[in-house]
Amino acid sequence: MTEISDIMTTLDYGPAPEARDIVDAWLASRKDDFGHFIAGAFTDPGKGFDVMDPATGDRLAKVTQGTAGDVDAAVAAARAAQPGWAGLSPHDRARFLYAIARRLQQHARFLAVLEALDNGKPIRETRDIDIPLAARHFYHHAGWAELRDDEFPGARPVGVCGQIIPWNFPLLMLAWKVAPALAAGNTVVLKPAEYTPLSALAFAGICVEVGLPKGVVNIVTGDGATGAEIVAHPGIDKIAFTGSTEVGRLIRRETAGTGKALTLELGGKSPFVVFHDADLDAAVEGVVDAIWFNQGQVCCAGARILVAESVEAAFTTLLKRRMETLRVGPPLDKSTDVGAIVHPVQLARIRELVEQGVAAGASLHQVTAPEGCFYPPTIATGVEPASILAQEEIFGPVATLTSFRTPDDAVALANNTRYGLSASVWSENVNQAMEAASRIKAGVVWINCTNVFDAAAGFGGYRESGFGREGGRAGMRAYLTGAGAVDADRGEDDVPGDLDAAPGTPGTGSGIDRTAKLYIGGKQARPDSGYSYPVFGRKAVSVGLAGAGNRKDIRNAVEVAATQGAWSGMTGHARAQVLYYLAENLSARAAEFAERLKSCGASAARATREVDLSVERCFWYAAQADKFDGSVHQTLSRHMTVALNEPLGVMGAVCPTAHPLLGLVSLALPALATGNRVVVVPSQTAPLAATDLYQVFDTSDLPRGAISLVTGERDALAETLASHDGVDGLWYFGSRAGIARVEALSAGNLKQTWTEPGNARRWDSEEGRGRVFLEKATQIKTIWLPYGE
Amino acid sequence: MTQKQDIAPSDTAAGHNSRNPGMPLDLAMFEAHPVNRPAAERRAATMISRRSLKKAHQAAWLCNAIRCIDLTTLAGDDTEGRVRRLCAKARQPLSAELQQALGLTAPLTTGAVCVYPTLVGTAVKALQGSGIPVASVATGFPAGLTPLRTRLDEIRYAVDQGADEIDIVITREHVLTRDWSALYDEVSKMREACGAAHLKAILATGDLSTFRNVYAASMVAMQAGADFIKTSTGKEGVNAILPVGLVMVRAIRDYNMVNGVQVGFKPAGGMKTAKDALSWQILMREELGRDWLEPSLFRLGASSMLADIERQLEHHVTGRYAASHRHAIA
Repeated sequence: MTEISDIMTTLDYGPAPEARDIVDAWLASRKDDFGHFIAGAFTDPGKGFDVMDPATGDRLAKVTQGTAGDVDAAVAAARAAQPGWAGLSPHDRARFLYAIARRLQQHARFLAVLEALDNGKPIRETRDIDIPLAARHFYHHAGWAELRDDEFPGARPVGVCGQIIPWNFPLLMLAWKVAPALAAGNTVVLKPAEYTPLSALAFAGICVEVGLPKGVVNIVTGDGATGAEIVAHPGIDKIAFTGSTEVGRLIRRETAGTGKALTLELGGKSPFVVFHDADLDAAVEGVVDAIWFNQGQVCCAGARILVAESVEAAFTTLLKRRMETLRVGPPLDKSTDVGAIVHPVQLARIRELVEQGVAAGASLHQVTAPEGCFYPPTIATGVEPASILAQEEIFGPVATLTSFRTPDDAVALANNTRYGLSASVWSENVNQAMEAASRIKAGVVWINCTNVFDAAAGFGGYRESGFGREGGRAGMRAYLTGAGAVDADRGEDDVPGDLDAAPGTPGTGSGIDRTAKLYIGGKQARPDSGYSYPVFGRKAVSVGLAGAGNRKDIRNAVEVAATQGAWSGMTGHARAQVLYYLAENLSARAAEFAERLKSCGASAARATREVDLSVERCFWYAAQADKFDGSVHQTLSRHMTVALNEPLGVMGAVCPTAHPLLGLVSLALPALATGNRVVVVPSQTAPLAATDLYQVFDTSDLPRGAISLVTGERDALAETLASHDGVDGLWYFGSRAGIARVEALSAGNLKQTWTEPGNARRWDSEEGRGRVFLEKATQIKTIWLPYGE
Repeated sequence: MTQKQDIAPSDTAAGHNSRNPGMPLDLAMFEAHPVNRPAAERRAATMISRRSLKKAHQAAWLCNAIRCIDLTTLAGDDTEGRVRRLCAKARQPLSAELQQALGLTAPLTTGAVCVYPTLVGTAVKALQGSGIPVASVATGFPAGLTPLRTRLDEIRYAVDQGADEIDIVITREHVLTRDWSALYDEVSKMREACGAAHLKAILATGDLSTFRNVYAASMVAMQAGADFIKTSTGKEGVNAILPVGLVMVRAIRDYNMVNGVQVGFKPAGGMKTAKDALSWQILMREELGRDWLEPSLFRLGASSMLADIERQLEHHVTGRYAASHRHAIA
């Protein structure tokens, strides 16, 4: 045994393999061949495909390709199980979730080994991160299950949820999807990713172990075609998807107008900002956790390192030095930092993108990696903002490194992306760090840390990184309906008919003719088209003309809203003052507005009530302006985890036909109260009450760009808003056909939409206002700040 | 420090006897240096979970830990007899059978023996011919709050008794009041009093409160010529912990990057297990590299750790779990 003396010379680490025999025995006991898990039992294996260990290329198992029939069967099982599951007491559901959490812990090592084999990620990560977080998620949601009726009064489950998850965190993403769905009382049909279905199949075993009622969880394996069957299935009430932005867009289009609820957690190209006063060693280690965690196959990976020019050299030296100690190798070795890329297809994609970047002038710094499905940790420098390496999500262990001059420069570079999932900010100066955190457009901002997760905090993106949150209270809301929701089948379809912009309609002819213009950027504007259309009163007599706004008017309104951010920068109190003042001025002219409503066909009583309600609604939202605030989550020790309700940004609001004044106020006020700039398309048939409002706006100190009004053909204007990449959110209360078009067109930049048939909601009742309006007008930014000196 | 440790000669051994010449006090090297405590704690925690040593590699690293142990007794009831027993253990930390079973080709001893000044003479005598250096704490250990002249006399006494290394304690007040020049002057004078003996500066990090203070004190001690920086006396409320060690070794790295001098590191106090021995070596390997796994640049200040290492090594050889009473006590 001279070996020990030899090792004492080198003092290297040597192999430290995690045993896999129990997992191998499990696979063998299933003859390496799996069916689906439907209605509480495994189906017979059918035609399918092999699942590989990416580190070795060895075949691990075969799984079944889910067909339309399989999805049908799974949805039927979920549908059949749903009333019974929802009918359990919250406590009984909580017991099941708690049992699942416990079993995940009890089978922790099995799952960690299986996940590392199937995905190629290091056992260190599955053992210390993936599996504990998955168990934590079920614990947390056992709590939500227990408290559902206390914490979400009036809410009910959405129904049957179709859930499609990615391959990068197979079991953890399953937990993020299944736990809240079950806690809320939904049943699920889940499709794991085709590269990594095995931990989901093991999870099915846990469902059996805990005696989960049959059909509550159904797992159908397969590729994108199976996913498409789930998305298209009419028996599914909600789709929850985590994956690429490209597929997210397809799903948005596919589900448009179907009434299916939708949450999307998509791609990212997250900035990692290192200010000059950062702890550079801490930031270097942050890079390791940001881009060399899970081989960089992380949607929130800090892939764009932005470093202050004054410390760029020092930072780069430390980073390169740190890279030398990264160990790229077998996933099951306990000393491996970076494992295998999930599949040769992904490896080829990473290589191709990097080659394109190099061709465009990037220089690479890489460490060594084994032969096979591995890619070396890589830093790319000399990458201009327009380069493919700076723009595209690489989904590999490749970060770009760029310097910035000033904090403004850093924020501008950070926000120069279509995505907005996460950001990491490094500075020991709390002023600097919080300033950057507030200005960077991302759903999660980690200050002096990165890739920190907890079930109690919401996770999800801005912009083309998707919408909806997973985790915490916001995550639960995504699986509940009821409070603030209305029956979409209620009421006649809201179809205002065609505009006639030619002269010749008989008018009332009384009084001095009034010109109703558009209102864009704080100014009255003639419609670009140069056309006007008649507005009818009770009889087929025109009571005036309204501007026939077109796509260019929308463009102009959005342009002002996008560039004039003053309103969003005001405090809640300042916005409240303006909105109260608006109410005051509207109230002062109540009689005039009532007259206008009467002239458009309302009875005297109804007109007066609509004005009164509008004033009241202004008060209600003015009151909310400084109260609809965020929360502080209980996550990790010595971590301040703050959830802010931030405005979506530039919103479009397309008003229902009925209630021309109240409908507009009901949509515009919550948008304004929460700090959005809003482009409003008023009731097509009765826009004059709306256009009268701009005089009220002018006297109420609303800053330029806070609100614009574009009258005209509702659905044409809505489509322009829906397809505008500069619009962050769109509310559409119109026709059922319009809903489908708006939702489909919104896929372009994946803006958040809220659509309802215009007559489904009773605008003059409690349904016309409420917290749901504020929630729909905002998105949650979660800021993490670990502390301790 | 006398070098007789040739179990694992490495290419880097050339610098073993080199001293840290020190440099003028340079506040710019540490005053604005931020240390983010949560990040340091996270790194320290994950560094250990990122590395695993199994079988022969674990045994080899444990043997290396023995080479780096400053086998220590610093108790009020120390006697000459106690010190002689300790020295015997330092000469032969593993039984001959175990050493043979491990296939060690050269004699294995601990890195040093560490005692109070009045027992240096006893230790020197007991270790004669072994090549094992004798280290002595000095300067009013552990609080260091005796007059400077007394403290310097104490160093000279210990050196005169034959100590090869002096483990001094710094005046914590200088750190807490940020009086860096006072700290620098104090350590410089101690370094001078050491003469040929190597100076190991105990920062008593448990008293320094913040990681920024730890970093600054590390840098000042090195600028003043400390050959080693050491975490603790073993008497503070918090002794050697990995996050603090991380901050100190990063200071050593930064000092090395500025002037090329290699300063040693010694965690001390509270380390009892073989696992601790591996964790601290992993820290050195990851942050400073192979050079810093030699006793010339790394020591473990411990007394009971050795017993646990012996048991683990026996288990490695026999496959049976060991009992401590079957091993010679220190």
